[in-house]
Amino acid sequence: MSDTATAPHRALGLTDAEYELIVEKLGREPNAVELSMFSLMWSEHCAYKHSKKLLHQLPTEGPYLLMGPGENAGAVDVGDGLAIAFKVESHNHPSAVEPFQGAATGVGGILRDVFAVGARPIAVLDSLRFGELDSARSRYLLEHAVGGIGHYGNSIGVPTIGGELYFEGPYEQNCLVNAMALGIAQHERLTRSAATGPGNALILFGALTGRDGIGGASVLASAELGESDADKRPTVQIGDPFAEKKLMECSLELLDRELLVSLQDLGAAGLTSSSSEMASKGGLGLDIHVDRVPLREPGMEPFEIMVSESQERMLCVVEPARVDEVLAVCAKWETTATAIGEVTDSGRLRVLSGGDVVGDMPVEALVDDCPLYDLAPEKPSAPIYPAPRRILDTDEPAAILPALLGSWNLADRRPVFEQYDCLVQSRTVRRPDDADAAVLMLPAAADGTHPAIAVSIDGSGRRVACDPYRGTVEAVLECAANLACVGAAPLGLTNCLNFGNPEKPHIAWQLSESVRGMADACRALDVPVVGGNVSLYNEGPEGPIYPTPVVGMVGRLPDAARAGRLGFAVEGDAIAFAGPFTPSLPGSELAKLRGEPLPDGLPEVDVAAVRKAQEVVREAVRRGELRSAHDVAEGGLAVALAECCIGGGHGAAVDFRGAGAAGERLLETLFGEGAGGFVLSGPRPALAALAREINLTFVGEVAGEQLTLTLDDDARLSWPLAELRAARARGIADALDS
Amino acid sequence: MSQRIRVLVRPKAGILDPQGQAVERALPALGFDGVANVHVGRLIELDVEDASRVGEMCEKLLANPLIEDYEIVEA
Amino acid sequence: MRFGVLRFPGTCDEVDAQLACERVGEAAILWHGDTDLQGVDAIVVPGGFSYGDYLRVGAIARFAPIMESVIAFAREGGPVLGICNGFQVLCEAGLLPGALLPNKTLRFVCRQVDLVVEHADTIFTNACAEEERLSIPAKHTTGCWYAPPELAEQVEANGQVLLRYAPGESFNGSLGDVAGVRNEAGNVFGLMPHPEHAVDPLTGSTDGLKLFQSIANHVGAHV
Repeated sequence: MSDTATAPHRALGLTDAEYELIVEKLGREPNAVELSMFSLMWSEHCAYKHSKKLLHQLPTEGPYLLMGPGENAGAVDVGDGLAIAFKVESHNHPSAVEPFQGAATGVGGILRDVFAVGARPIAVLDSLRFGELDSARSRYLLEHAVGGIGHYGNSIGVPTIGGELYFEGPYEQNCLVNAMALGIAQHERLTRSAATGPGNALILFGALTGRDGIGGASVLASAELGESDADKRPTVQIGDPFAEKKLMECSLELLDRELLVSLQDLGAAGLTSSSSEMASKGGLGLDIHVDRVPLREPGMEPFEIMVSESQERMLCVVEPARVDEVLAVCAKWETTATAIGEVTDSGRLRVLSGGDVVGDMPVEALVDDCPLYDLAPEKPSAPIYPAPRRILDTDEPAAILPALLGSWNLADRRPVFEQYDCLVQSRTVRRPDDADAAVLMLPAAADGTHPAIAVSIDGSGRRVACDPYRGTVEAVLECAANLACVGAAPLGLTNCLNFGNPEKPHIAWQLSESVRGMADACRALDVPVVGGNVSLYNEGPEGPIYPTPVVGMVGRLPDAARAGRLGFAVEGDAIAFAGPFTPSLPGSELAKLRGEPLPDGLPEVDVAAVRKAQEVVREAVRRGELRSAHDVAEGGLAVALAECCIGGGHGAAVDFRGAGAAGERLLETLFGEGAGGFVLSGPRPALAALAREINLTFVGEVAGEQLTLTLDDDARLSWPLAELRAARARGIADALDS
Repeated sequence: MSQRIRVLVRPKAGILDPQGQAVERALPALGFDGVANVHVGRLIELDVEDASRVGEMCEKLLANPLIEDYEIVEA
Repeated sequence: MRFGVLRFPGTCDEVDAQLACERVGEAAILWHGDTDLQGVDAIVVPGGFSYGDYLRVGAIARFAPIMESVIAFAREGGPVLGICNGFQVLCEAGLLPGALLPNKTLRFVCRQVDLVVEHADTIFTNACAEEERLSIPAKHTTGCWYAPPELAEQVEANGQVLLRYAPGESFNGSLGDVAGVRNEAGNVFGLMPHPEHAVDPLTGSTDGLKLFQSIANHVGAHV
C-alpha cells in the first residue's frame, strides 16, 4: 500500500506527532473532512508554527493604535475620529505559478482583509522581487504580475499609489509578491471578527464556491481522480475584481446600516479558517451546513466545500431578526448570499450535510492547539549565496553613475507604475516619483486645511542577507525616513517576513535575527506593529531567497499642502547633505554590479541619531522651509543627487572635495550606502538653521541642466541631465517591451 | 428543445487590432514562422430555444456592428 | 444647477465626478436601476469598469434602465458628459459617433496629458479659449477612438472634435489624436481623459474644472 493510503496525513503536510495530537484532541481518529481541516489550520501558513514565538518580540502597543495584530487588519488613529486600517500580505507561491492571477488575487485578498474590518479601501502598494531581468522567466513574471495588480486594483477603483521593485538572482525560482492595502473608517465603524450570540445566523456572501485551490487536499477525494480529471483540480485561483467591487460595496453598506454582528473574509483555507477563527475569537461554536453553500461546480464533497479557496467571499454573523435585510442588501448589489449556519455555545465547529454531522471538532483544537516550534538557529559558517554576477567593468565614476541609474534596481519604474490608476478616489497628493512616500489627503479640518496620511513600503533582501539584524534595522529606518521626507510621523507598521525553510538552522538564524532587528528598530522609533504576515519555505533546489523582511508604514502630516517633494525645484536653492550618514561600499548596489561577494555583516547604525535626523527633517518639511527632501538609499549620494535633478528637472553643482579625485575612497563617498542620509534643498538660511540640530553640510546649489561634481585637484565629473534621464529611462522599459 | 449555438465575433477588416498584432509578433519569437493576418476576437456559446433570434442578439448586444463582424455557427 | 452622476455596478469614478460637479453646482448620484433623473440639469456618465468591462466596454451598461431616461434626456437636448467608461457607454448607446478600441500598446496607462481645445463655443468648452492647452490625466486600457473613414470625415468636417491630444501626447493611438467628440446636435460630449481628476490644486492641475464650469455656465444661461 502506498504511503498516502496508509498515512494520508503525511500527504497533507502533517507530521506523525501532529497527527497523534489531533487524535488526542478529538478523542478518536479524524475523518476525511476533519483531517483536511486540521491539515490546513495546522499548516505553516495558517498557524505560524515556526514563527509565532518569534513574533511575540514585536512591540504592538502605541498611543495611536486602535487595533493590533490578530484581526483581519490593524488600525491606527489619524485624528478627527478617523482610523486607517492597513496590512501587508504575501502571495508568493501562487504568483510563481500564475503571476497574473497570483498577483491579482493577492491584491483581492488584502483588500478583503481591509474592508472586513469596516474600512473603505483607499490605496494599494506592492513590493515585488524577481530574478535578474535578463532571464525570460523574470521578464514574464514581472510583466504579468504588474498586469495582474493593475487589473485588479484599477477595476475595483482603489488607487495603487506606491511600491517597490527589485531584481536579484536568489528570487529567480521564488519570486516575491507582497501586497499592502489601506482603508479609512470612522473609529466606531471598525469591526471585529469574533462570532458572538449563540443562535445568530452565519451568512456566506459573494462568489459561488468551486474547487479553486483545493490542490493537495484532493488526496482525500473519494472519487479516483485520474489524468483526464485534471480539470477537476484547479490549483490556480482566478480573481474577479468586478465581483469584489460589488462585494465591497455590499459589505460596507451592511456595516453602515449596522446589520452585522461580525464580519470575516475568506482567504487561505476558505471556510475552514474563517469559520474557526470567528468561533475562536468569540469563544463559541459554529454549525455549518455545507449543503446550503451555493456551488459553482456540481457534486462537491463536504471537505472540498470546507477547504475551497474560491475568491471574493465573506462570512458574517447576523441576528436572526435582521437576516432578511442583509439578504436584501446583498441582492441589491447582485451578490449571492445564503444563511449556511448558526453560532452555538458548544465550543465546537460542526460540519453538517443533509442533516448528518460529517465533521465535529473543538474550535480550540483547530485554532489554538497547533504545536508551536522553537527554531534552532545557527549562524552559517560559510556563505549561503553566490556572489552576484559581475556586470560593471569600470572603476570610473563618470561611467558608474549612468550604469547605476540604468541598472534594474534603480532604473525608472514609470513603465510599471503607469499601469496603475493612482488617482481614483481623489485623495492623491503625491503620486509615484513625486516624493519618497505616497501622500493621500484626509477630509478637511475646521480651518479648511487637509491633514494627510503618508505611506511607504520598503523591504530589503541582499543587505539582510549580509546582516539579518542590521539589514532589517536599516529597512525599518528607511521606511520611516521616506515618511519623514514628506513631513509625516510614523503611526504604525505592518510587515511581511519572506524567508526560506525555517527548519534549516541557517534560515532559522536569519529569521530570528531579522525579527530581533525589527523589534529593536520599532521600539527605537516608537512605532508599533499593527499586524502582518509570514511567508516561509521560499526556496528551491538552487537555494533560498535572500531573507526579505518587507515593511509598510503609515504616518500622518498635518497639512497636505506642505507635503514634501524629492525634486530640486528652484535655481539657486542651496543643497545640503544631512544626517549621521556613513557611506560604505560592501553590500551596496555598486558592489553588486562589480560582482563582489556579500560581506559578512554591515556597519553599526546609530539608531538614535538617525531617528533625530528624521524628526528634524520632518519638522522642517512641515514648516514649509525645504524645497525638497530625499532619503539617500541605493546607489548612495551620487544617485540620490541624480534622482533629485531628474525628479525636479534642474541640474546641480555639488562639491565633493575631500574624498580624492579617484580611487576607492571617492567611490565610497559617491556610491556608498547606509542609513541616516538626506539630500535637502531650499533657501540657505532655512537649511542653516537645521545645522544646529543635526549634522548638515552645504554642498552646492541647484543650477543649470547638468549634474556637476567638483572633486579634489580641480577634477570634475559632469553629466547632462538628458544623459542621466536617458540612462535611467530604458532599464525596465526595455525588459517590458521585449 | 434547446440548441447549442456558437457566435464568433471578430474585428472588422481594416480596424486596428492590436491584440492580433501582438499575437502575430509573438509567434515567430517562439519559433513559428509563416504566420500572417492574425486577428483576435471572441467566442460566445449559448443554449437557445429559438435559434432564429440569435442574429438579433448579435446586432443588439453580442457584437458592435460598427467595429465587429459576427458569424453564427451551430455547435 | 444640478448634475446627475450615474452609478452602474463596477463604476469607480462617480464619487470623484460628483465632487468635481459640486465645485460648480449640486450633484446627485443616480442608480443604474432607477429611471428617475430627479430633474437634474445635466448628466455625467463617469469612468470605471461598469459590469467589469465584460463582453465589450460599456456594452452592458448602455442597456441599464437609467440609460433609457438618459437617451430620452439627450434627444430633448439635455447636456450629457461621458468620461472614459462613460464615453464608451455613450458610443455603445449610439449617442456619440465611433467606438473605443484597445490602446495600441495594449496596456493600461495612467498619465497626465496635454489636450488642445479645438472649439471653445460649445456647451462643454465655453470656459476655455480656442487652442488653449489643458493638463488632464488619462487612465485607460481601451481609449483608442475609431470611426469608419466616412464617419470620421464627417465628424471632423462638422467640427465635432472638441478636444485633441497635443502632438506626441496620446498613448492610445486614437484616430486623429481625438480625445473628445460631441454629437451632431452638440449636447452630448464624450472624452477619455478624466477632468474630474483635475479640479483640486492639492492633487494637481485644475484645468478639468473648466469643463464642469462650462456646463454650469450653459445651464445658467438657459434657465
